[in-house]
Amino acid sequence: MRRRIYCLSILVLAGAGSFSCTSVKEYQKNKINDAEMALSNRKVEKTELSFQSYREGSSGANSGKSGGGCGCN
Amino acid sequence: MKRIFITGFALLGFLRATAQDNVQTDSIAYKAQKLKLEEINLVSSYYKQDGNNSAVTGGIGTEKLTDISNSIDVKFVKYGETGKKHTWDFEVGVDQYSSASSDMVDLSANSSASYSDIRFYPSVSYSRENEEKGNTIGAGVSSSTEFDYQSFGGNINYSKKTKDRNGEFTARFQTYIDQVKLINPIELRPTIENGGTEGRNTFAGTLSYSQVVNQNLQVLFQADLVSQQGYLSLPFHRVYFNDGSVHQENLPDSRFKIPLAVRASYFLGDNVIIRAYYRYYTDDWKLTSHTADIEVPVKLSPFFSLSPFYRYYSQSAVKYFSPYGQHTGSEQYYTSNYDLSKFDSSFFGMGVRIATPDGVFGIKHFSALEIRYGHYSRSTNLTSDIISINIKYK
Repeated sequence: MRRRIYCLSILVLAGAGSFSCTSVKEYQKNKINDAEMALSNRKVEKTELSFQSYREGSSGANSGKSGGGCGCN
Repeated sequence: MKRIFITGFALLGFLRATAQDNVQTDSIAYKAQKLKLEEINLVSSYYKQDGNNSAVTGGIGTEKLTDISNSIDVKFVKYGETGKKHTWDFEVGVDQYSSASSDMVDLSANSSASYSDIRFYPSVSYSRENEEKGNTIGAGVSSSTEFDYQSFGGNINYSKKTKDRNGEFTARFQTYIDQVKLINPIELRPTIENGGTEGRNTFAGTLSYSQVVNQNLQVLFQADLVSQQGYLSLPFHRVYFNDGSVHQENLPDSRFKIPLAVRASYFLGDNVIIRAYYRYYTDDWKLTSHTADIEVPVKLSPFFSLSPFYRYYSQSAVKYFSPYGQHTGSEQYYTSNYDLSKFDSSFFGMGVRIATPDGVFGIKHFSALEIRYGHYSRSTNLTSDIISINIKYK
């Protein structure tokens, strides 16, 4: 498992490093600030995320909660 | 379906009433500047599923379930004398669900087609943002209560923006202190004590970094480390061994999870947005998974968009899983819960978003309406459908 995490970390860092970022001024962010560009889940997805975390063995890294609540059924 | 429409119309009625109230309070301008109602979000969902691998009956039997979920989220903002932004967020949610498999905890009772319960989950959070320096600190508490489960949660977080305000680093720590009520399968009650409680604790650390790449693209990297300790089985999950004997699910008392994710949003031209998400997950129960999600909001007008989406998910089984009648007496840990089995799944559907500057349907302050439908199918033959509505008042 450690080896996999190491490989993934390298991939993620390489991916991050390959972006060439330009400095975007606040007045140039009309598209970036669009509600549908948000880098998070939408409110309307709330129940979807709950049932996915119950019906699937993995969860987390999606801005939702990582525990709490049963989901027993 | 009927219920969700009734709920939706009730919420609309509430908004109309609240909007009218607000006209009066707006006239007292100095109060609004002190503590301002930023927004209210009402989210209602109707979810139904069906399958034939219930863990309550050892990996066979109906998984029929319906859930009606309603939540309200109210956000207040206040600027302090030093210019810092204070935000309070109050949320209350109620889920009402009925589950055919819950009826089978007592195999002989079979009292109805379904057994129902209610989950109630309030939460409060606070954050303080220094807009000049670009940093935010926050904390929150939450709870979740249902008949056989009680959870208390707490979290703290810190965010720091880069000098040019195009990048943001966030660190978050969450903890959940839970109690599971031990409701055992009826036939095991003479041998195993029924009705006590066991603890389950979760500690989660999150690091994330978001970056505006250019005027059209932004990305986010996120890594979680999640540690769970305590009673991680569920007491009413049966496991049938290959000799025909029935046992209670038994899983290790610790689990360590590592989900890593990357998310990107790209504005393609003037009317199309591409939202993409990928997550790799691994844990020490030998479950690994891949999640890929894409959503493409298309703006048919500046105020109306349609968002088709598709999500693919694939996981391996935990090392303690075997189907009905295949576990042996030599195993220390065992489960026949198909949520922990090897499978892949698809989830697809469509969302509609209306956000008009004069208010949706001409209702002042009704700033956005979102409706979203999705169909989920799993390779283990579990299927589900969900429809959700989000009404935003601002």
